[in-house]
Amino acid sequence: MAKIQTLSEAVAENIKDGDTIAFEGFTHLIPHAAAHEVLRQGRKDLTVIRMTPDIIYDQMIGMGAVKKLVFSFAGNPGVGLLRRLRDAVENQWPRAIEIEEHSHAAMANAYEAGASGLPCAIFRGYRGAELTRVNPNIKFITCPFTGEELAAVPAHRPDVAVIHAQKATKKGDVLIEGITGVQKEAVLAAKRSVVTVEEIVEDFDDVHPNATVLPFWTVTSVVKVPGGAHPSYTQGYYARDNAAYLEWDKISADRETFLEWMREHVMNETPDVFATRVAPLKVQG
Amino acid sequence: MTAFTPTEMMTVAAARALKNDDVCFVGIGAPSAACNLARLTHAPDITLIYESGTIGTAPDVLPLSIGDGELCDTALTTVSVPEMFRYWLQGGRITVGFLGGAQLDKFGNINTTVVGDYDKPKVRLPGGGGAPEIAVSCGEIFITMKQSLRGFVDKLDFITSLGHGKGGNDRAAHGVTTKGPTRLITDLAIWEPDPETKEFTVTSLHQGVTREQVSATVGWAAKFAAEVGETPVPTAEELEVLRDLHARTKAAHGGGNE
Repeated sequence: MAKIQTLSEAVAENIKDGDTIAFEGFTHLIPHAAAHEVLRQGRKDLTVIRMTPDIIYDQMIGMGAVKKLVFSFAGNPGVGLLRRLRDAVENQWPRAIEIEEHSHAAMANAYEAGASGLPCAIFRGYRGAELTRVNPNIKFITCPFTGEELAAVPAHRPDVAVIHAQKATKKGDVLIEGITGVQKEAVLAAKRSVVTVEEIVEDFDDVHPNATVLPFWTVTSVVKVPGGAHPSYTQGYYARDNAAYLEWDKISADRETFLEWMREHVMNETPDVFATRVAPLKVQG
Repeated sequence: MTAFTPTEMMTVAAARALKNDDVCFVGIGAPSAACNLARLTHAPDITLIYESGTIGTAPDVLPLSIGDGELCDTALTTVSVPEMFRYWLQGGRITVGFLGGAQLDKFGNINTTVVGDYDKPKVRLPGGGGAPEIAVSCGEIFITMKQSLRGFVDKLDFITSLGHGKGGNDRAAHGVTTKGPTRLITDLAIWEPDPETKEFTVTSLHQGVTREQVSATVGWAAKFAAEVGETPVPTAEELEVLRDLHARTKAAHGGGNE
């Protein structure tokens, strides 16, 4: 049963040191506000799963909260490389991190397998790809019917899935629209879930019958955080803050500049700041 | 005749490779410009697919990322990422995958993972994303990138996605039945794989480009086809549409997206 909580309560109750956590959102609906709360509460030794670890994991890795990263594409979309991730991988700063690297197809299939209650995902992939040499979690099996060799990876079964969505009902049903990514699969694959939303409404009577909805009994915690995806975007609410992605390239280039920025804009802030950050980016709902 | 830049020639030549009935999986950056130029000129009915799940998208400006809201707003439909990779890509629905890359070899294998050793990299690049499966599941692969000694190397540091492997029938030996890279469009030339060795061979030089220029910007001994043509220069319409697209993109994002 979903609890409607504050972000501070939701993170304190659901996220522990050493947990495996999937913060998902494919360019769209990235749960930045929730990640910042995890950093403020000082969670550490986290294994973080994410298809596209962009700014959100660059920040968590740079702050030393991450022990292991499971991913398929680590870049600042449309801008370049992730400089805090690079510093951790190339120079072990602020700590060494373990890397488990996959392709998008493998990650998407692994979430789907987790949601399906299967131990592994099977798909036609990784043929001739060198990740098979460096990632022992990529194996091949033979189809018992056709003899075709297929790739297999373990299912993702995170302790916690953290996502951002457009809205929830008072009961905690969650609506996701636009580019829905792997969020439904991540929540259904996880033991617990924290969902931040733009608004909480009476009911979903007016939504399309085939809309992507997570029923309240599949979600652990729902938190209203307007603007909670910034600098990512929320379809129907506010646009992507492209300037912030460009600016991140400069902020993250230097360790001291990064730490100073994090102190000012994350560690000494509250979730309420996100609403003001997206105010200039509002779109017609 | 209107003057044009080598990058414009590359984008126009890449766009021309696409057909009106293609279903194209679009990589971000240079491929995205080429695919949308094709849609806005000779291939209005082309289906453009981005890995974020948008099918039949028709953006007015080039996206900064593969998941921009513009792609969803203008798409015929948007599906989840697992569905995209399972039903649409793995299911064999895509005729062409259009890729760029950080490092490329003469057999069209691509590296976007690391420069140097995997465990102790000199430069940690973003990784493969969708490319490992795009490279083997699409009917054929077009690659577009600018020629440079840094990018066009004799030996890749890491094979992120399979092209023709070691050449010859090596691709088939990996159990792959799709064609793989059939065209490489650069700022200097158009390359196609030799039918036997599968090594990229120059089949067309862009106007004013010499063989020496082509050879000097790749890390292997460049081969030329028996007959090397000259790539038709961009038409006034192609240039106008491309420049308008870049101008709209710049106005929308406040930055470039070549």
